[in-house]
Amino acid sequence: MIRYIGQRVLQALAVLWAAFTISFIVLFLLPSDPVSLAVDSAGSGTPADAAAIAELQARYGLDQPVLVQYWHSLVGSVQGDFGLSIATGQPVTTAILDAVPSTLGLAATALVLAVVFGSAVAYTATYTQIAWLKNLLLALPPLGVAVPTFWVGLLLLQLFSFRLRWFPAFGDAGAASLVLPAVTLALPTGAVIAQVLATSMATTWKQPFVDVARAKGVSRLRVQTRHVLRLSSIPAFTIAGVLVGTLLAGSVVVETVFSRAGVGRLTQTSVLAQDIPVVQGIVVLTSLVFVLVNLAVDLLYPLIDPRIVREYRPAQASAEPEKAHV
Amino acid sequence: MSTRPVLLVAGVIAATATLLAGCAGSATTSNADAGPAQPGGTLRYGLSGAPTCSDPAQSGTNQTIYVTRQVVDSLTDQDPETGEIEPWLAESWEVSPDARSFTFQLKDGVTFSDGTPLDATAVKDNFDAITATLGAAKAPLAASYLTGYQGATVVDPLTVRIEFSAPNAQFLQASSTPQLGIQSTATSAQSAESRCLGTNIGSGPFTYADYQQDRSVTLAKRTGYNWGSAVFGHEGEAYLDRIEFTIVPESGVRTGSLSSDQLDAVSDALPQDAPQIEAVGGRILTTSNPGVPFGIQPNVTRGALQDPAVRTALVPAINRQELVDTVLGPDFRTATSTLASATPGYVELADVTYDPEKSKSLLDAAGWVPGADGIRENDGQKLSFKVMYSAVFAGNQAILELTQQQLRAVGVDLQLELVSTSEATARQGTKDYDSTYYNSTRADGDILRTSFAVDGRNLNARGPIPDLDASLTEQLSATDVAARNEILATAQEQILDNGLWIPTIELSQAVGAASAVQDLKFEASARLQFFDTWLSGQ
Repeated sequence: MIRYIGQRVLQALAVLWAAFTISFIVLFLLPSDPVSLAVDSAGSGTPADAAAIAELQARYGLDQPVLVQYWHSLVGSVQGDFGLSIATGQPVTTAILDAVPSTLGLAATALVLAVVFGSAVAYTATYTQIAWLKNLLLALPPLGVAVPTFWVGLLLLQLFSFRLRWFPAFGDAGAASLVLPAVTLALPTGAVIAQVLATSMATTWKQPFVDVARAKGVSRLRVQTRHVLRLSSIPAFTIAGVLVGTLLAGSVVVETVFSRAGVGRLTQTSVLAQDIPVVQGIVVLTSLVFVLVNLAVDLLYPLIDPRIVREYRPAQASAEPEKAHV
Repeated sequence: MSTRPVLLVAGVIAATATLLAGCAGSATTSNADAGPAQPGGTLRYGLSGAPTCSDPAQSGTNQTIYVTRQVVDSLTDQDPETGEIEPWLAESWEVSPDARSFTFQLKDGVTFSDGTPLDATAVKDNFDAITATLGAAKAPLAASYLTGYQGATVVDPLTVRIEFSAPNAQFLQASSTPQLGIQSTATSAQSAESRCLGTNIGSGPFTYADYQQDRSVTLAKRTGYNWGSAVFGHEGEAYLDRIEFTIVPESGVRTGSLSSDQLDAVSDALPQDAPQIEAVGGRILTTSNPGVPFGIQPNVTRGALQDPAVRTALVPAINRQELVDTVLGPDFRTATSTLASATPGYVELADVTYDPEKSKSLLDAAGWVPGADGIRENDGQKLSFKVMYSAVFAGNQAILELTQQQLRAVGVDLQLELVSTSEATARQGTKDYDSTYYNSTRADGDILRTSFAVDGRNLNARGPIPDLDASLTEQLSATDVAARNEILATAQEQILDNGLWIPTIELSQAVGAASAVQDLKFEASARLQFFDTWLSGQ
């Protein structure tokens, strides 16, 4: 088990390093540089002063060879110091920490909504024997994934904020401002959960043990709840990491539509300004969240399905634990 | 899986959307006469982007200036109607005949919001800090206004003299800008970064009550303020108790929030938002920007654009009225010179006209004759060039697409090259383009020098043109407004005649305001001034 955890942690570190490195390369390869952008953002029509740009580049270490820059930024990141934002001059850590609570609240609420409604749709769709209801419910997940978050957000705003005035259209103060963005963000996430869970439950229903249980006189409800749901929830867990990705990516759009000053909007503005320190900080943070969630999921498998560890124990050290496939 | 439920659900959503669209038209009446100004209340303003910094000296974008303008006073103010420089913190001033020395006589009794007096030392500390601490890196606009700054002398507590190493006539107008607004010595002493955190102390009609980067800004009225500029509409304190700026990046959300009374005024209202805003009694306030209007700036070292005849022939090939009517609507104006009409010293140039026949004959005379595909050629070279632009202004794409069709009609092939803002900046730096499309805002004719002089931005990549270079330099030494405007008029014409700028349209600012918002005004540089603004029907 310790070996299993050790391997997972090493993998996680490798993912972090790769995310950091790839984003650094991408940002470095983009045309222009953050300093010229910051100087030019004034749109002044005055020539950007070469000496001034050189001075700023020196201030942010951008005048050094790329490998040196990379090394400094990597060492700094490991120590939790991402430097100063080039666009605003704020420490990167401050900028990100200011944005995190807003996104955390949004993502957590959206996740709860997604799990509750996603599971409910999957559960009902597989349980019901009313054909039209089943079809309707099974049509929801693809639709939820297909409609653009942006459009859903605007539609909800149009109805519940501009027309009915039940919820504020912008900002991140108070619970009322959380409702519409959380619902918007929960939609694609919940759709994925519902899709995976429904497919998995449908497959499980066809397994022989279900027939055995039914033949023994166990009710459909009990089979569905005690056996099918439990076994089918493993694939849903497997995609938890993906869901976190969906939530974070979705927050970029949702936070822009609902004017929330969270990590998503910070990402968007920093990428546009090519603010390398801030983007690197966000990449490290989000990939950290991503690997931690995946790590947690890996470690939780044995609790849901003891067979996973049992299979793992006698196997060779390099073997992957067998995950149920979607 | 059956497709019917999908269609059903999609149908429900479509029906809801239609229903919503139908609902949006419900209207209330607008109040035409608001009566006398009432003090008090909080104005909720929706910015389209986050201010980059709380420091007026370091501000450049409109959204930043909308906020920072309110917390500082400047030495002078510029009348948006006449373009004339009027007293503000300085009750009078003297410019030396060589335009190198500016002496300002400050008003007595002005204090910063931290209680310290606004005196000659504070003014000196301000300008010293801009050149020494901030520099062109952190405060590109302020530093460019202070080019050649040799220092300030405290003549007596209320008299300060600013000196430059070379004639700098544009400095008088620059002294009215928020970038050169006067902040307390406590603020001037800070580093560039700490000046961005919302602790700036000015003498303006509002003060920072709360500043959260990327989130919101709240300004509170400065009580006891009674040193407003000669341009202001009333004396004493500002009417509004507070202004709350929120960042609402989506234009549809800003409009919806305005029409549902969640905001009182919003930035960048699009033409298509007008019906929704007017339906609830609101209106869109517009003003056209001074400076260099939108236009195509040719790189004179590339391809067909090396031929001056081609460059000048492009000017009459563009139907500017059609650009405005088709793409932008009535709040916008056509460009009529190489300066925008709101710029002091602007002259209308007769050659900025639509005359495709003139364009054709100019091209014929220069040896460019139509080829088989209708595109003109000369010695095997096609009359074809690219224009590099970014989507900073939403209308750019459509304007250039229509321009493309208009140029095609006279046998010129214009190819559009849309790039990101950062790529545009980078390539402008290396002058890697056939031509580029943009505008620049400044309420002073010196923008011609900073844009077109060989040692200016010079995106034409041109070499010396003695007559033009002389005009661009001489206007800096002319202290008499009429004499200076005469030189600027010549410069405008020379830039057009040399084919250095192909003007298209003038940029307009459009601010959406609810019916309760009264007297929300634009200052001379087309930025908002909230001093006279008040809310009716509270």
